[in-house]
Amino acid sequence: MSKSNSFRDVAVVSVASHQTKILSEVNEVQLMADLISNCRNSVGVTQEEIGFTCSGSSDFLAGQAFSFVHTLDSVGAFPPISESHVEMDGAFALYEAWVKLQIGEVDTALVYSYGKPSAGSIIDVLATQLDPYYVSPLWPDCFSIAALQARLLLDKGLITLEKMAETSMRSQKNGSDNPNAVRSSKDVSFENLMNEPAIVDPLRASDISEIADGGCAIILAAGDKAKSLCERPAWIKGIDHRVDSHTLGVRDLTRSPSAFLAAEKAGINTDRLDLAEIHGMTSAQELILEKEFDLNEETKVNLSGGSLASDTMMASGLIRISEVASRIISGQADRGLAHATSGPCLQQNLVCILEGE
Amino acid sequence: MTDPNSPPAPLSQQVKIPESISGLEPVRSVRSPIRLVYDFVPSPPVQEYLRSYSKKKILGHRSPIDGAVFVPPRGVDPRHGVLIEESVELSDRGHVGNFCVTHLPIPGRDDLDTPYVSAWIHLDGANVGFLGLVAGCENDEVHIGMRVQAVWKKEEELGNTAENILFWKPTGEPAVPIEKAGNRAWDQTNE
Amino acid sequence: MSAELTAVLGVGQTKYSSTRGDVSIAGLCREAAYRALEDACLDWKEIDAVVIGKAPDFFEGVMMPELYLAEALGAVGKPILRVHTAGSVGGSTALVAASLIQSRVHEKVLTIGFEKQSESNATWALSLPQPFSVSINAGAGGYFSPIIRQYMSRSGAPELIGCMVAFKDRQHALKNPYAHLHQNDLTFEEVVDSPMLWNPIRYSETCPSSDGACAMVLGNEASGDRAENPVAWVHGTAMRSESNNFPGRDEVNPLASRQCAADVFRQAGITNPLKEIDAVEIYVPFSWYEPMWLESLGFAELDQGWRMVEDGTTSLLGGELPVNCSGGVLSSNPIGASGMIRFAEAALQVRGMAGDHQVDGAKKSFGHAYGGGAQYFAMWIVGAEKP
Repeated sequence: MSKSNSFRDVAVVSVASHQTKILSEVNEVQLMADLISNCRNSVGVTQEEIGFTCSGSSDFLAGQAFSFVHTLDSVGAFPPISESHVEMDGAFALYEAWVKLQIGEVDTALVYSYGKPSAGSIIDVLATQLDPYYVSPLWPDCFSIAALQARLLLDKGLITLEKMAETSMRSQKNGSDNPNAVRSSKDVSFENLMNEPAIVDPLRASDISEIADGGCAIILAAGDKAKSLCERPAWIKGIDHRVDSHTLGVRDLTRSPSAFLAAEKAGINTDRLDLAEIHGMTSAQELILEKEFDLNEETKVNLSGGSLASDTMMASGLIRISEVASRIISGQADRGLAHATSGPCLQQNLVCILEGE
Repeated sequence: MTDPNSPPAPLSQQVKIPESISGLEPVRSVRSPIRLVYDFVPSPPVQEYLRSYSKKKILGHRSPIDGAVFVPPRGVDPRHGVLIEESVELSDRGHVGNFCVTHLPIPGRDDLDTPYVSAWIHLDGANVGFLGLVAGCENDEVHIGMRVQAVWKKEEELGNTAENILFWKPTGEPAVPIEKAGNRAWDQTNE
Repeated sequence: MSAELTAVLGVGQTKYSSTRGDVSIAGLCREAAYRALEDACLDWKEIDAVVIGKAPDFFEGVMMPELYLAEALGAVGKPILRVHTAGSVGGSTALVAASLIQSRVHEKVLTIGFEKQSESNATWALSLPQPFSVSINAGAGGYFSPIIRQYMSRSGAPELIGCMVAFKDRQHALKNPYAHLHQNDLTFEEVVDSPMLWNPIRYSETCPSSDGACAMVLGNEASGDRAENPVAWVHGTAMRSESNNFPGRDEVNPLASRQCAADVFRQAGITNPLKEIDAVEIYVPFSWYEPMWLESLGFAELDQGWRMVEDGTTSLLGGELPVNCSGGVLSSNPIGASGMIRFAEAALQVRGMAGDHQVDGAKKSFGHAYGGGAQYFAMWIVGAEKP
């Protein structure tokens, strides 16, 4: 449905992102003001010219109800703007903006998202994301839940500890070229990774994403507008998202059917992929996703280091899209898949296929 | 219109309660306390503001676009989304732009006697207001445009917090006319 | 390519009350969703996507509840989005759902807003200490009362206009079986004598805190044509936001509100709102916002909106422009759903399905929601005929 050719051509024309271990020199509002201005300025559009603005963020992450209200100040909403917000990863805000552009009344959209996970305790915060009657009162932490999933995969022989370490190694090596990566190492050793003690068995520290503060801004434009703003727009050829059951015991945690379905609906099954940016909290999850997307050796996975290298909750998915888009815009790649996830054990997934021309 | 109190549709499959718990009273609610700890690190503009505040100086931020002064300083001009770098020291006198008389107690503020007046204080030199308590007069004397002055905590009690100003008290100066009070002041100079 | 016509195929609401101890959060949502599907004569599996909205997660203490609710809302295998735009969320959620239809991405969308305030601790949620500012606002009323005071002094409105709005809305609520407050014996004097909370707002002039959910099923033109029950056709949709504190801001009549209204009226081809709109459902959590919004939206001249309250124009009983026949936010307020209830009630009016609070012959109606420091606005216009 979402990959129908009758859809309006919409492309990413500009991206800006920043991630760091702890955001301290500026607050989120200043960070986003900077990123959003850069994003607009690099294609020469003003906020008044932007047709629709959409953002993603989480109150629980920020420790404040209505936290997104402050960040509206980063946009410069004067005169008033047509704007909306989802309490989800910015990738879903991008989806909402893409839908808006499909209607045809506006030609450009600004999407942004941010997070400051360093302020709170991610394991406590994410425990509140679970079923409030049966599960959350037990306060299961997100790493243990992800570890359960990894254990299931190992026991079923679907992955190995070696494969997990290889995934971690790939992330650390690739991340060394990415200024946004907070965990990276050019010469990380496989042996060291294999010998790391488990934080939550079977997950070692390197198997778990490294949290980072940061944000991302993206500008979308449609048709001729995109061509006038950018020499080589990253066209969204397909975009879709799906969700699985929440109850952990109800679904097969060694799989992510919603990731598979989203990829199918987004039109993954045509032509090859030069690159893929996939978003998971653990190396085991990246392995699940590679399988669901049927990625082969020709596709370079997580050249940015992925979320394993730098995981900003609420922005990691949007950043994956920005990583694919920027490589297409610069001519380094022709076709890529960007993915975002939400919820425990890859419960909800968004897939976006981008292509240069 | 359906009956608002109509019962939910029956389940497609009857739930079978295990014999061992069939006689137990159902649990009707669960109370699960949540405690979350966050470290809020003030950004440099706020740090600068709080440090000055502890010395009884109020800092504002001046917009590079048109010189509008925002207080407290947030590092960004919200109309344009541009960073503000210039700090400016403001006086601790101003006027009431807007106010209301509150009869409800605030959780955690046992020091406040109800009813009290909370007002939007527009400092001289600033172009937006911020919330403050007005006291030192009868509640029904407070009016839009009333000139006020900060009453600070004692020297030894000052700290890097927003609580350094206890309240704002009337100065007795002639009031700012309503058409020029609060946010209306900006309209006048920039039409 | 122009937008796909969007129809409201079904509306479902739960009885709003202070405590729905008989259902969990999922049960509450499902009740509204089930009723909306019934009204639309559709089955769960015919829904393509779900869009859910609610006020801050901190209220119920459940982070991103769309994840927990995926199964309850029949969303497994489907797309689900969760909108959060402060108080206007119920309205903007409906607009996001509508855009999925208008864009032809989906054909039938279930949209829902909810709040289970009895399972939430709003005081805790709103009072997480922010170390850099003093907390002296005892609730939203403390924020809006100064603005109302400004309106009163600017317009010269008589002091009891607010009480008249509160009384009228509670009278309307008696004709809405879903409303939370059913104050059968309320007299106008009781409204006036109610304790003052934030001068000039009395207890009787504020909204209750309710549990509840409101759902709609939206469909494309073909589903609207096929529908068994009458549908409401979307004639216009608009959202606007502005910052809540900047030099020269008009808090009484925010520019975002005026521009949002102008946009939605332009889309719907309406040049004389007072004459062309038959029923209005606007977000009035504190009584005085009725005349204030009527002016801002263009139903009344500036500083004159209060006259429409005084002379009965906004009453269901013979008024020219009945406002909040459902009882409004003043009679039922599950925050996350309140905006959607306005949109849904507007739809019920033009479908002729508003029961005892039906405005006779309503052909076009207006739904409105606002949030934040009166800075987020979502509006729609629906009609009995296609636009």
